[in-house]
Amino acid sequence: MDLYSLTPVDLIVASGLVLALGVVQILLGLGLFRTLALNSVRMVLQLLLVGVILEAVFDAATLPWIVLIAMVMMGLAGYEVVARQKRAIRGWHGFGIGLAAMSVTALIVTVLALTLMIETDPWYEPQYAIPLLGMILGNTMTGIGLALNNLTQTAWQSRAEIEARLVLGHSVREATAELRSDSMRAGLIPTLNMLAAAGVISLPGMMTGQILAGSAPIEAVKYQILIMFLITAATGFGSLIAVQLGARRLFDARDRLRLDRLRSGR
Amino acid sequence: MLFEVKDLCGPNVPPVSFALAAGEVLPVRGESGVGKSQMLRALADLSPHEGEIKLEGVEQQSMPATDWRRQVALVPAESGWWADTVAEHFPSRPSEAWWERLRLRAALWESPVERLSSGERQRLAVLRALALEPRVLLLDEPTANLDRDNAEAMAGLLLDYLRDRSAAAVWISHDPREIAVHDDRWLEMTAEGGVLHGSV
Repeated sequence: MDLYSLTPVDLIVASGLVLALGVVQILLGLGLFRTLALNSVRMVLQLLLVGVILEAVFDAATLPWIVLIAMVMMGLAGYEVVARQKRAIRGWHGFGIGLAAMSVTALIVTVLALTLMIETDPWYEPQYAIPLLGMILGNTMTGIGLALNNLTQTAWQSRAEIEARLVLGHSVREATAELRSDSMRAGLIPTLNMLAAAGVISLPGMMTGQILAGSAPIEAVKYQILIMFLITAATGFGSLIAVQLGARRLFDARDRLRLDRLRSGR
Repeated sequence: MLFEVKDLCGPNVPPVSFALAAGEVLPVRGESGVGKSQMLRALADLSPHEGEIKLEGVEQQSMPATDWRRQVALVPAESGWWADTVAEHFPSRPSEAWWERLRLRAALWESPVERLSSGERQRLAVLRALALEPRVLLLDEPTANLDRDNAEAMAGLLLDYLRDRSAAAVWISHDPREIAVHDDRWLEMTAEGGVLHGSV
C-alpha cells in the first residue's frame, strides 16, 4: 500500500479551518486570534525546519551528526524542564539536575531499544534513533518537569514541617521521605494515565502514524507496546534520579534546608 | 562551660558572644525583627552563620548536624507538624508527670494535629523537644500562646528540667518575670550586636 502524499494545497485547506476559527473569535470579540495565528505559524516553521534537518541527517546517517542532533534535543529539553517550574533550583544546578536525569535515562533506554530490541543496522540508524529518542525524551521531560516542580514547590510550602523534623535531629532522608515519594508520584502520573488510556480512550500518535503510513495494525501495536514500556521506564527512572538529586540540593552539607537556592516564584 | 558562643554572626544575626554553665538560663530580649529568632536558628545550625559554637568543648561544625540538633534543641515560635496524629511526632510517649504538669488532656495523644489549639501545639512542641533530653534548649517565646496559669506551668517545667538534667537554655521572652532565675544576667539583642547585662 502506498502513502497518499499530501500536497501544499491540502495543508492550505486544513489551515483554512484554523483561519475560520480565528474569524469566529474576532467576531465574538475573544482576542485570541493573534496568539492562535502566531502559534500556528510557529508550528509550521518548526516542523518544516525539522523536516529539512531530518532529511539531511537521514541522507548523511553518520554517528557524529546523530549525536549532535541528540545533544541539541536534550539541551532544549533540559531548558524546558527548568522553564516549567515555578520555583526551579537556581543556576546551573537546576538545569544540570534535569538534564542529567533526563539524558542518562533517555539515552540508555533509547540505545538499549536500538541495540537489543529493534536491532537496527547500524544501531544508530537515524530513521529509528531520532524519532525514538524524541518520543522518549518528550515524555521524560514532562515527567521530570512535574516531579521537580512538585519537589521545589512543596518544599517551599512545607518549610515549617521539614525544619520541625530537622530540629528534632531527623536526617534529611527522613525529613524528605514523604516529599520525595510524592514528587515521584507527580512525575509518573501522566505516564500512568497514558498506560491506562492507551488504545481505549486514545489511539497513541505513533501507532496511528504507522497505520496511516501503511503498516499492519498488529505491527504498529507491537511498536507501540515497546514504546510504552520504554517511556514508562525512562520517565520512572528519570523522575527518581531528578528527585533524589533535587532533594539533596535543597539541603547543604550541614543538613540545613536552603530554600534560598530556589528561584523566587513567578 | 557547657555551651560557648564566640563571635556568632550571620545574615540577619547581629554579632553575639556568651557562655552558659550547666543549669544556667540566658534570657534574651530585644525589639522584634532584630534577629533573636535568627540567632537561635544559627545556634541550632539551621541556617548559615559564622563564629564558634561549642557544646562541652566540641565545635558545632565537627559534629554531624543531626547529633548537634538532638543535643542543642530548638523549639521555634511556630511549631511544624508533619504527620496526622500527635503520637506520630514523638519518639516515645513522654512521662505522664510532664503531660499532667502542662495540663494536657490524656486524649490529646491520639488526636489529629489539625484539631489542636495553638496553645496545645506550643506545649506539645516543647514536650517533643524535651523527649530528646537535650543538653541545651533554644526557646523562642515558649509561652507566647498560653494563658497565665499555663505559662507558669510551662516555665516551671522548663526550669525544673534544666535544674534536674543540669542543662542550659537560651530563652527569648518578653516577660521579664517569667524566668525567675538566681542571677540577673540577660542578653539584649540590638541591631549592632548582643549586649550582656547583669553579673558576668
